[in-house]
Amino acid sequence: MSSNFASTAYTAAPFIGKTFGVTVNKLSKKFGRTTVLRDISLEVKAGEIFCIMGPSGSGKSVLLKHIVGLERPTSGDVKIGEFDASDPATRDKVHLALVFQAGALFNSLSVYDNLALYPREHRLCNESGIRDRVMNALTILSLEKAVKKFPSELSGGMKKRVAIARALVMEPQLLLYDEPTSELDPVMSATIIEIIATLREQTAVTTIVVTHDRALAFSIADRLAIIMDGRICAIGTPAEVKQSKDPAITNFLNPVIDLKNPRFKQLENNHE
Amino acid sequence: MNQIKLVLGNIGGTILLLVRSLKYIPTLPRQFPRFIEQCYFIGYTTLPIVTILSFFIGSVLALQSGYSMENFGAKQFIGTLVGLSMARELGPMMVSILLAGRVGSAITAELASMKVYQEVDALETMSIPPERMLVLPRLAAVLVMMPVLAIIANLCGWYGGAIVCQYTHFISVDSEAYFAALKHFMKPQDIVDGLLKAEVFGFAIVLVCCYTGLNTRGGPREIGASVTKAVVTSLILILVLDYFVTKILL
Ligand SMILES: Nc1ncnc2c1ncn2[C@@H]1O[C@H](COP(=O)(O)OP(=O)(O)OP(=O)(O)O)[C@@H](O)[C@H]1O
Ligand SMILES: [Mg+2]
Repeated sequence: MSSNFASTAYTAAPFIGKTFGVTVNKLSKKFGRTTVLRDISLEVKAGEIFCIMGPSGSGKSVLLKHIVGLERPTSGDVKIGEFDASDPATRDKVHLALVFQAGALFNSLSVYDNLALYPREHRLCNESGIRDRVMNALTILSLEKAVKKFPSELSGGMKKRVAIARALVMEPQLLLYDEPTSELDPVMSATIIEIIATLREQTAVTTIVVTHDRALAFSIADRLAIIMDGRICAIGTPAEVKQSKDPAITNFLNPVIDLKNPRFKQLENNHE
Repeated sequence: MNQIKLVLGNIGGTILLLVRSLKYIPTLPRQFPRFIEQCYFIGYTTLPIVTILSFFIGSVLALQSGYSMENFGAKQFIGTLVGLSMARELGPMMVSILLAGRVGSAITAELASMKVYQEVDALETMSIPPERMLVLPRLAAVLVMMPVLAIIANLCGWYGGAIVCQYTHFISVDSEAYFAALKHFMKPQDIVDGLLKAEVFGFAIVLVCCYTGLNTRGGPREIGASVTKAVVTSLILILVLDYFVTKILL
């Protein structure tokens, strides 16, 4: 499947050569009284693959939303290149794509139209050019049979793949994935990992991947960060993070499944 | 105090949405398919019920006025009364109420679910303004469809009245006399005023429903709440606007 990908026309990205880094500076976010992000600072260099890991509910998706400008920081700021991420005009200057955790497909449009919407609205090419691009992306993700289907007729994993295909069609300069492999089988996960890496190779797109998938993070990340409870508690190359002595991190990365003394029992005992 | 703040905020938000949408008018020609789709939707969902209801409103109007006007021998003016009240008031009003119930609720439900399921967020990250793709074609479509619906409502109401006048034994004004009276005292301006009213109401309804839908927060439950809110607001708005527009036009 990856050979199929290499032969495609994705090298012809129109914005090639211009990629943007992301700088998050002392970002905090509160929803009402609950603080979700606390003083997060990190820098993603242009052309880098940066992975973000962390327990469920630790604020990873919220962080991504700040980077694409869907949420406004309570304090601190996020910059894409030199542009402020919370300014809607930034999205006209930087072509970014986010693969939403839940897909966020357009339910009233067929799979084909979901993918074709962006190039059509921005008049990137004519209808036959769009057709090539869309079919290309669908082929890479083995979705040829789903072209005419509607999102409600797809399985969870298929929705995820359509969402990824939709991002590929956009040929972005900054590409963010929110758990791209979470609902996929091992082979499809491997395919996605290969796609992410190959795409960066070919177009030098800056890539940020939120994931629980250790294989993904440690195989393709240039650097990664672990977020717990809204704070960054480790950041660095995969090798550096692996060597961390912090028990919270080693526990998170290599949880031991212990049927004799299960975690939920430990919690119960603590409550007593 | 908070309530007032909320209402003012909503009014401001609605106006802002209007301004933002109008900014994209130059993109309307290439959104032609979307515009046609919305025209079709507005016409298709409201036309059957508009015909039936306006026919019966015209009939009832003729029946009631025939009953009361008989007493002072003014039966020959029933045509005028039905014609004027349909054209100036009841036609536009009824079309608007039906629009709020059938089209407005559907618009709010659709946009609210797009918002709740992050489709609007996806549009924003794609730098496709929801005002351009979702709001503007609907506003344009309602402007085109409202006069059409209002004229159909008028015609059905007039004919409903005519039929009742001819076949009710205590009225028995034949349709020729009925339409002669209708034509004699009615100016084209009366009809134009009515169509103008329909335009104002229809535009306001679609705008409010789009705003309410796009500002839905939370989960699927809020979609229902938004629909109710949008329809109630639309109905209130129709009556309030009706007073002011009538006053300006008279
Ligand atoms: N719009 C919102 N309003 C209030 N609280 C929110 C909102 N969005 C997220 N939160 C809260 O922020 C916290 C972090 O949510 P987030 O979706 O970022 O988690 P996550 O790290 O992506 O988890 P997962 O791995 O399960 O996707 C959660 O506790 C959640 O309840
Ligand atoms: Mg998440």
